[in-house]
Parts: sequence; structure tokens; C-alpha cells
Amino acid sequence: MSVEVRIPTILRTFTGGAKAVHGNGATLEQVLDDIEARNPGLKGRIVDSEALRRFVNVYVNDEDVRFSGGLNAPTADGDVVVVLPAVAGG
Amino acid sequence: MNQIDLTVRMYRVRWCIAPNVTGVLKIAREHVDAMIAHAREDHPDEACGVIVGAEGSDVSTRFVRMINADRSPTFFRFDPQEQFELYKAMSAAGEEIVVVYHSHTSTEAYPSRTDVSLASEPQAHYVLVSTAESGASEGPVSVRSYRILDGVVTEEEIDVTE
Repeated sequence: MSVEVRIPTILRTFTGGAKAVHGNGATLEQVLDDIEARNPGLKGRIVDSEALRRFVNVYVNDEDVRFSGGLNAPTADGDVVVVLPAVAGG
Repeated sequence: MNQIDLTVRMYRVRWCIAPNVTGVLKIAREHVDAMIAHAREDHPDEACGVIVGAEGSDVSTRFVRMINADRSPTFFRFDPQEQFELYKAMSAAGEEIVVVYHSHTSTEAYPSRTDVSLASEPQAHYVLVSTAESGASEGPVSVRSYRILDGVVTEEEIDVTE
């Protein structure tokens, strides 16, 4: 068991087309770092200078990580992380 | 039945485009009417929403108005929780976003620099509705459709099915 991270279409160029990748870590950041090692460039599209990017929404098991610690949001085996780029514009 | 004066740019795309881009948006008349109605109702704020369909089909079947969390005449952003609920519903039903629409309330129905930099659904047709001319009232409205891929905007024809 590990943490499943569901990847939006626009970021699948970093995962070789995979819709989901798996990683290990006790926090969201640790999981992203673990996944980055096998999918270089992916973390940088989610995180920007040590904080989550403004127009990317991340959920850990249905909870928006903005309300559960951001990059420090706790993660555990079996958790599902969903990365959802915001739909926005002007 | 009110006659909606619809300005639809018929624009043939001939230059090189990505393999799965067909160069045309096929859309039901009722969905065009629904986008225009939404844009007029929310004017002067930007209205926004999606039309979803079966994954990989490029066929839009289900119209979904979305809340503009910015409630602004110049910006729109899907409410994150509402977008997440939409994502879960689509995943369960094997659907994806086929059309992302939003309105411009004082400028033309062309993607802004912000629209282009934030376009995050590569498979989607981006439809712009401009209420600049008539605002919330009946009257001329502009509806145009685009693909936005890797920062490149390509206008496409709109094929309205009755």
C-alpha cells in the first residue's frame, strides 16, 4: 500500500501518460518529493517556491489541503490524493 | 419564441493542429441558448460553466452551470469544492469536460492572456460568450469557440445541431 496520486490530463506528460502514480510519505510534500524522483518536473507544476501553486487544487481523501495543512497535510497508506488544476480565467 | 441574434464566427481551421483536434465544435442549440442565457443573467459579472460528455468522445451531452467564485466582471474561477464535486461525478460516470464556457462582459469573445495562461483542460473546447454589446438584455451576443493548447489559441467552427 502507498498513497495514490491522481494526475490531471494536463500533467500526464510528466508521468508518461499515467492517470495515477503512487508514492510514499507522511505528508503531502513527502509524497510529492517521492513521486518527483520517478516523474521529474511534476512537483514544480504543483508547488511553487515551497507553497502550493495558487491555481492548483489538491485534495487528500476529499479534503482540500488548504484546510488541512497544505504541503504538511498528513498522508497515510491507502490515501488518495487528487490534483485538480483550477478552471479559471479572465 | 424569442429570436436570439446570434453572431457565430464560421472559421475554417486549415493550419497544422494537434492530432485529436477536429477543428470544429459540434454543439446542441439548447446548449448554445443555455450559455447565452447564463451569460445574460450574470452580466455584468462573468458567467462560467461546462458541458461534459463521455470520456474521449468529444461529444458534449450534459450542461452544468458553475458558480464564479470570483463574482467579477473581469475574472472567473470555478469554486474549488464545486469543481471537485464535478470531478467526482464525472469520474464515476466515465465523463470528462468537453466544453468550458465563460463570458466576457465588456470585451470581445476572444480568449484573454489570462484565459490562455490558465487553460488547464487540453481536451476541451473553450467557448467565449461576449455580452459586451447588449448586456443582460436580448440583443446581439457573440459566441466563439477555441482550442487552447500549450499557450496557442486556435479558433474553430461551431456546428450547431437543432
